[in-house]
Amino acid sequence: MSKRKSKETCLTHGECISQTQTMLRERFCHQKIPGKPFGVESQHKHLLELLKRTAVHGESNSVLIVGPRGAGKTMLLNCVLNELLEVKHVQENVLQVQLNGLLQTDDRIALKEITRQLHLENVVGDKVFGSFAENLAFLLEALKKGDRSSSRPVLFILDEFDLFAHHKNQTLLYNLFDVSQSAQTPVAVIGLTCRLDVLELLEKRVKSRFSHRQIHLLSSFRFKQYLEIFKMQLSLPEDFTDRRFAEEWNQNIKSLCEDRSVEDVLQKHFCSSKDFRSLHMLLMLALSRVTVSHPAIKPTDLLEASRLCTMDSKANILHGLSVLELCLIIAMKHLNDIYDGEPFNFQMVYNEFQKFIQRKSHSVHNFEKPVVIKAFEHLHQLELIKPMEGPSVRTQKEYQLVKLLLDNSQIMDALQKYPQCPTDVKQWAASAFG
Amino acid sequence: MSRYFTRLKKRRVYSWIGGPSFIDRKLKHMFYEGLCVKTDGNANTGCIRPGDYILIEGDEDRSYVAKLLKLYDDGTGTRSSKHAEVQWFIWFHEVPQNKRKRLGRDPHPNEVFLYEIPNCDSDIDAETIIATVEVQHLEEDSPFPAAQSQENPLYVKLSWDGKSFSPVNLDLLLQSGGKPVLPASSHTDSLPKPDLEVSRGLTVDSPSRPTRSARKHSSTSKYSQSKELSDRQPSNVIFTPAARKKLQLSNSVKPPGSKLTRDDVLAELLDEDRVVSSLEAEVTRRRALASKPSSSPSKKPRDLGICLSPIRDGQITQEHQLANGIQIGPQLQPEELVKRTLKRESGAESTEGETPSKRKGSIKKDAPLDILIEDGREAGGPVVVMTPRSRRKSAQVSSARIRQQLNYLNRKQSTDFDVDDDEEDVFLPTKKDLKSSSEEEEEEEEESESITGRRGSRSAVPRTPRSSRKAPSRTPAKTPNKTPRRTPSKTPVPRTPRTPRHATPNIPSRTQPARKPGNVLEEARARLHVSSVPESLPCREQEFQDIFNFVESKVMDGTGGCMYISGVPGTGKTATVHEVIRCLHHAAEQDELPSFCFIEINGMKMTEPHQAYVQILQMLTGQKATAEHAAALLEKRFSTPAPKRETTVLLVDELDLLWTRKQNVMYNLFDWPTRRQAKLVVLAIANTMDLPERIMINRVASRLGLTRMSFQPYSYKQLQQIITSRLNRVRAFEDDALQLVSRKVAALSGDARRCLDICRRATEICEFSRQRSGSGLVAMSHVMEALDEMFSSPYITAIRCASVQEQIFLKAVIAEFRRLGLEEATFQQVFRQHLALCRVEGLSPVCMSEGLATCLRLGACRLLLLESSHRDLHLRVRLNVSQDDVLYALKEG
Repeated sequence: MSKRKSKETCLTHGECISQTQTMLRERFCHQKIPGKPFGVESQHKHLLELLKRTAVHGESNSVLIVGPRGAGKTMLLNCVLNELLEVKHVQENVLQVQLNGLLQTDDRIALKEITRQLHLENVVGDKVFGSFAENLAFLLEALKKGDRSSSRPVLFILDEFDLFAHHKNQTLLYNLFDVSQSAQTPVAVIGLTCRLDVLELLEKRVKSRFSHRQIHLLSSFRFKQYLEIFKMQLSLPEDFTDRRFAEEWNQNIKSLCEDRSVEDVLQKHFCSSKDFRSLHMLLMLALSRVTVSHPAIKPTDLLEASRLCTMDSKANILHGLSVLELCLIIAMKHLNDIYDGEPFNFQMVYNEFQKFIQRKSHSVHNFEKPVVIKAFEHLHQLELIKPMEGPSVRTQKEYQLVKLLLDNSQIMDALQKYPQCPTDVKQWAASAFG
Repeated sequence: MSRYFTRLKKRRVYSWIGGPSFIDRKLKHMFYEGLCVKTDGNANTGCIRPGDYILIEGDEDRSYVAKLLKLYDDGTGTRSSKHAEVQWFIWFHEVPQNKRKRLGRDPHPNEVFLYEIPNCDSDIDAETIIATVEVQHLEEDSPFPAAQSQENPLYVKLSWDGKSFSPVNLDLLLQSGGKPVLPASSHTDSLPKPDLEVSRGLTVDSPSRPTRSARKHSSTSKYSQSKELSDRQPSNVIFTPAARKKLQLSNSVKPPGSKLTRDDVLAELLDEDRVVSSLEAEVTRRRALASKPSSSPSKKPRDLGICLSPIRDGQITQEHQLANGIQIGPQLQPEELVKRTLKRESGAESTEGETPSKRKGSIKKDAPLDILIEDGREAGGPVVVMTPRSRRKSAQVSSARIRQQLNYLNRKQSTDFDVDDDEEDVFLPTKKDLKSSSEEEEEEEEESESITGRRGSRSAVPRTPRSSRKAPSRTPAKTPNKTPRRTPSKTPVPRTPRTPRHATPNIPSRTQPARKPGNVLEEARARLHVSSVPESLPCREQEFQDIFNFVESKVMDGTGGCMYISGVPGTGKTATVHEVIRCLHHAAEQDELPSFCFIEINGMKMTEPHQAYVQILQMLTGQKATAEHAAALLEKRFSTPAPKRETTVLLVDELDLLWTRKQNVMYNLFDWPTRRQAKLVVLAIANTMDLPERIMINRVASRLGLTRMSFQPYSYKQLQQIITSRLNRVRAFEDDALQLVSRKVAALSGDARRCLDICRRATEICEFSRQRSGSGLVAMSHVMEALDEMFSSPYITAIRCASVQEQIFLKAVIAEFRRLGLEEATFQQVFRQHLALCRVEGLSPVCMSEGLATCLRLGACRLLLLESSHRDLHLRVRLNVSQDDVLYALKEG
């Protein structure tokens, strides 16, 4: 009886956990934030008012949202848009065009995408007909025909705005800004960029047409607020299906925040970067450790997640190398020391390695040259070394100049952690000059 | 495209028909009465005579329509020495696009409009004539006839004077044409259509032509001797091959253009007799051929109605009509011609004396008129000019005249255009026929005739019946020899309007209208928006005046020219030009200025420079074409004379974007205005004052000319005035605030857009903060805040807001720079400093990956300038901010 009961609770428990995980993952990956974004109230209001004026009054506007990566630009914009579209008559009237500088890499593609998203009449299905020039003329004609009071306002959202500034002649930007400064269809051009110097990218006539409104999102919060954000991000909402589980979960999160080691982890994280994305990464890793048998995030989970986050990727690679490859790396380190960072070639590394084998080594085999070359090539493939010249320069493999992409500290750290590293190799690495 | 070339492929050979009918010695112009067009690959030749409605090679694949008034040779002997004077008609698509709606209805595909804009160049190269075409005049409110198969006549209902459509003023048509349409054409239109067909049937009288033309030739030569009728034009008759041959024969007697002595005339007349006799033979032969149908009129000669009836029946087939025509023709001719020639011989003197009186009606009267008069006199011709003398004459030959009038009546019932051909038929009926007509009818006709005639002669306007009768001229096209040729040439005319692109560019309209501004600040904001067009442009009066004068003078003179306008962005260049155009359009509407068309292209609004051609062409004609084709079409358009074209004002914005390596776009844009016929005014706008010197090659810069204008950046006073005028007494700003804005902007750029944007932002800030402060006005503090927002550099704030590691990394960069004494370091070097600094600050050292991530984050927001990250440790780092700024920001923090 008791066994059956426990099984039942376990099942519901598992459901709760999977629900929690789904919900939190959505937050971390899709930036679905409960409530308004934190610490950007004035920017939020500014943007909301601006877009409202476009949607309601038909006033054309242009604005840039500038902030470092992960500062919550898109989050802010989405939040504002959601709020805006909650108003029914706004939702009916507003058209949206979403562009991304990484996807629409030139104006031709961007124009097709705009036309497609606006469902203009030269769109059939998902295909846009006409040449580049025709599309441009068509779009401009369409925008020109509209007027302030009767046309539906169009919101142009340009993600990675700075990349649009690299398009030829900045035709698209000029035209969008020009429309926003003339009595045509009301538009709002919203650019999102992480570049602080974005205005310098604009050509002077494009710049003149831009309204120079910039909303800076510079995460200026302190650690205390960071903790708040951390708590908010992990907490379950009140209307979670299983009230009891939610309460337990939230209680646990609260206690987490008070935990000393968690605070340390977060402090370290806060020091290294303030952006939400790295925090999400950390929480995601911690969350993934939650299972039925381990139903809550424990401080150790966060520590482990933090360790994973802050791991040195190259040191990790070093752990997987063979002893021969490690020897080559040590040889290169000595060459770096001797020649003060000058590039070297395989032959030099091989000579250094030979010296080590002949003089000091007891445990390392004397590998034949082809084997050593193979090992050298493997290092190249792992991008631990980098050739100085491009692939176009034809030199014999042994004499190609390369550079080591590892710092001495990284090598020494890796050697400490390397499992069963021969002592003579360690000594060789530690010795001043080969 | 393909159509365009097919037409060009056909080469046409033009030759004069006969010798010069008249020579203007002063101008060395030789006037001819006909032009023979021979098309390659087509054995048939077409003849075009003054009074014919013709198609003229036009832009692209559309041809112009006009009425031929005169044909002459300027005697230079070059290929283009053949000239023609025309009265233009325009297609609907030639009406400027913005005025098309004034028609108020859809145009018939075959509808043309009489072009009544004065002083348009009506002189064309005769070799651009393609073919004749049939044009019918319709009452304004009468419906268009249903399309007849094959025959697709053009219809003219209205005239276009450059501003509006109005019903065709027949007087004007006659006057300008010199070739009278049937004066009563209005009432003929209301008559049943079958009659029209009848008259057409009558026109198809090939055998009659030889005699007539021969006769006319002689008479014209006589007149040319008197040199009275400088603009006399040959009649519209189409020669049958036989007749032409004869004429050439007689021409060979005297070289064309030579002055005719009286002896010549006599000889000619004698010659003519020969011709007549030979013709007679042919006529009889033809009569034999047409004997069967001919029976009807000759057998029932007494009754006009009966005489006509078979023709009516015969309208179904052209052959039948033809037969009718033939049959009527020959019967009369022999006697009549003989009679006429005799008379002429006897009365040569008198005719000469008479001519002046005939001419006084108007200069525009052309040769055929006089011939007709004479013919009328002899053969009882139409009561043309009611001079006592002609009256008397006509009375003498009353029966013939009656006959003619009856015919004329028939003709009147037909379309106005056929009349002239019927004129020829007038002479055809036999005397028996003439006598047959009933007295009453005769009286009636005569009366109506004479009334019109008198009216015509009284009014000095050349709206005499003769002239009106002359206009018709076109029907010859129906002659058998012409028909095959005509049909192909005609087919392109009633072209169905191009199907427009099915997609219409528009943005869906909103369900609820946009809200109106609610309070003072919103009102002010709406007015301050750059897009709101101000009532007037303050502070640009001088520039406005200069541009206005320039464009106005060019439009007035119908010449072309270029103007280059430069100035930094936001100084009102484009706005001023638009303002000028608005004023000029207004002036044009008030009739103070000839109307013109304005088109605008923008270098930024096209994907590549050559698209400029496409856009210009599309705006001028509504056509779509590829860039090369458009260039060719525009080149053709601007280099061919098209007198009725209105001046085009072309605004080329962002000129520097039209730069190509060969600069051919710029070259063309500035070259076209220099052409005499182009009537193109180009206003080019760019930002840099020395653009012509900097990027244009010499031949382009030279064509651009020296008409330059530079817009200076606005001074703070001007900016203040601009804002004040825009606000237009909406009190939203404190004066100090306005002055601050304008001074600040004037100091920075003088860009009016910037100024307006700041003001707009200030109103927003004011609105936000209104809850706190009571005053509704935008104060200094608001403006300051707006200025800060727009102009302050975000770098320092960004550094202050950066994470600790990022700040340390920046410090490390500076430390490394100081160590190296360079402004550049590799990441590896900086990272070592970074680790050291971490130790100093008491922070746990970060690993290399994290360090690199920090570095790249700083690079992404451009606090640092980085190389591409694949260089890893060796990637070079530079600061994008001054070291002082970094230190300042970090110290404060």
